[in-house]
Amino acid sequence: MNPKQKKMLYRILIAAVLLVLIQLLPLTGLLEMVPVPMVLLYLIPYLVVGWDVLRKAVLGVKNRQPFDECFLMAVATVGAFALGEFAEGCAVILFYQIGELFQSVAVGKSRRSIAALMDIRPDYANLEQEDGSFEQVDPDEVEVGSVIVIEPGERVPIDGVIIEGASTLNTAALTGESLPRDAKTGDEIISGCVNISGLLRVRTTKEFGESTVSRILDLVENSSMKKARAENFITRFARVYTPAVCYSALALAVLPPLVLLLLGQPAAFGDWVYRALTFLVISCPCALVISIPLSFFGGIGGASACGILVKGSTYLEELSRTGIVVFDKTGTLTQGVFEVTGVYPAAGVDAAALLETAALAESYSKHPISQSLKKACGKELDPARAANVEELGGYGITAQVDGRAVAVGNARLMAKLGLTVPAAAQPGTLVYVAIDGAYAGYILISDVVKPTAAQAIAGLKRAGVRRTVMLTGDAEPVARAVASQLGIGEYRAGLLPEDKVTQVEALLDEKQPRENLAFVGDGINDAPVLSRADLGIAMGALGSDAAIEAADIVLMDDDPARIALAMDISRRTIRIVYQNIVFALAVKAACLVLGALGLAGMWLAIFADVGVMVLAVLNATRALYTRDLVRRNGLDK
Amino acid sequence: MKKTYKIDVDCANCANKMEAAAQKTPGVKNATVNFMTLKMSVEFEEGQDHKAVMQQVYANCKKVEDDCEIFGI
Repeated sequence: MNPKQKKMLYRILIAAVLLVLIQLLPLTGLLEMVPVPMVLLYLIPYLVVGWDVLRKAVLGVKNRQPFDECFLMAVATVGAFALGEFAEGCAVILFYQIGELFQSVAVGKSRRSIAALMDIRPDYANLEQEDGSFEQVDPDEVEVGSVIVIEPGERVPIDGVIIEGASTLNTAALTGESLPRDAKTGDEIISGCVNISGLLRVRTTKEFGESTVSRILDLVENSSMKKARAENFITRFARVYTPAVCYSALALAVLPPLVLLLLGQPAAFGDWVYRALTFLVISCPCALVISIPLSFFGGIGGASACGILVKGSTYLEELSRTGIVVFDKTGTLTQGVFEVTGVYPAAGVDAAALLETAALAESYSKHPISQSLKKACGKELDPARAANVEELGGYGITAQVDGRAVAVGNARLMAKLGLTVPAAAQPGTLVYVAIDGAYAGYILISDVVKPTAAQAIAGLKRAGVRRTVMLTGDAEPVARAVASQLGIGEYRAGLLPEDKVTQVEALLDEKQPRENLAFVGDGINDAPVLSRADLGIAMGALGSDAAIEAADIVLMDDDPARIALAMDISRRTIRIVYQNIVFALAVKAACLVLGALGLAGMWLAIFADVGVMVLAVLNATRALYTRDLVRRNGLDK
Repeated sequence: MKKTYKIDVDCANCANKMEAAAQKTPGVKNATVNFMTLKMSVEFEEGQDHKAVMQQVYANCKKVEDDCEIFGI
């Protein structure tokens, strides 16, 4: 509790003790001796606990902003005093203040726990001096190209490249990923990670303000500026609602007695005024006004702790209504790196020799496929073994390898050489090899599916996604195989990069009402699609500025399971929001009716106000806890 | 131009009132107050002196909610 809250707590305690004393002590005898009216006695605890409410109510009227909670409370309690219900008047203001204090403490606690989750701001950087010693400076003062030293246990303050040392890095605060990453000389290093084991010397490549950690903090701190519709609804609702309730209360106090008078019956003014005051207490909108933003805040905070940055509560709301998820295949569902997944030699040819021959022939090429062949060989190859290398664009390569004529390329190259090749059963890129004019076999190269991709698709379907669509530039058999392997319902194959926008637009037309389309990309070349979709999700965004700009939701690492997790978090948050709206309005409506009919007294009114608010706030804080959802999506390892 | 200020205010409804007051201030194109992060983000109209506008925003906020503070203006 901060000092302000502590002061309030003392005021509440003093007032409560005084109130109990007044109730319990045998004061009647005393009062006969000293003629103090009962009202003055009750005014002491009332003012102790409620003077600021009265002050705010008066100020509100003065500034022509009369209809707020304080005004409601002031009118209700002063009215209760006027009717001689001193104890009830005191109790209402006391419980109101308890509720406010509780709310303030709960919000403070959420604020702090989210701040702790996002505690990645580095306090200092160890700037290396010319004589080799180092000095602690403010990260802001470090210029690009300076050398900083990061000791074990310290947080990396600024993005840079390791020039000396090797270590493991804990990226949990950034990505939610608990497995440490290895880093060695020459690797790029991202600010916000914690250096676990070795001493690192790093040459900075960015200023602090442009570094990853600053960008993330900036994004998180400004995240809830884009308010969700539910939030705006409550704000507008409160603006209309409070005056409406005040006028209804006035009507309740005046109209029924007048009608009764006209009918020739006793008016019972006091009775109706009491009912009107009950009405005012019940109707206080604080439960809604506080719990809705608190739920969104918790949801966004909980998501950031899992490495999911949501740029505003509105996007959390949109995500929960997503029915179509469109994936860009490469880099999102697959790793975007090519790997040799099979070697199929012709009869009488050794598989390892086939691979080595192909790799040697391709050893001068920088093409990703050549790289993957070399990688699959697993040993250093002497490029001198290949001679007379000739690249035939659109076909492949011919060369002399160890003195033998070798041709490596696609089916067209083989046809050109007059060779017939077997049709491959598996989808992927096929590299055929011919040695000395005879067909020697083929090598299958494919993009590797991410291990969690299938699980992520299943998770999305469980979370209510109706259609999953994969977009890819790959040929149809590859697309079909990946889609069926992952359980993706639809795919569009053979697309050019610019076709993706058209495809997404076509899918947008097929949406059902009140349904959203989310596009998931890796942020490379897909900024236009990210912004065209209802909801753009960029993954693996660490270091990619364009993706952070264009997307609405940014996944810090490239694990597709986080998409399903984000969906689960958003749906739970929205569920909590609607639970609170329905619960608060239902209880209040029921109590309002009971109050108007005279069946509910001030005590029920206090429950309808403070009790509902406390329950709604407690429910809202649930949005912050995402551990069970993390476990459900298999991200807890 | 857009600037973000740290604020202090006690209740969610008061934050909403500050938001409305800031939005109504001349020279302010748009304003949002986030009670949870205690931040006010103000978008100024072209060619406005943000310091002068913020003084007015502060005065207007004080009028609707006596118990509020805007830092760094």
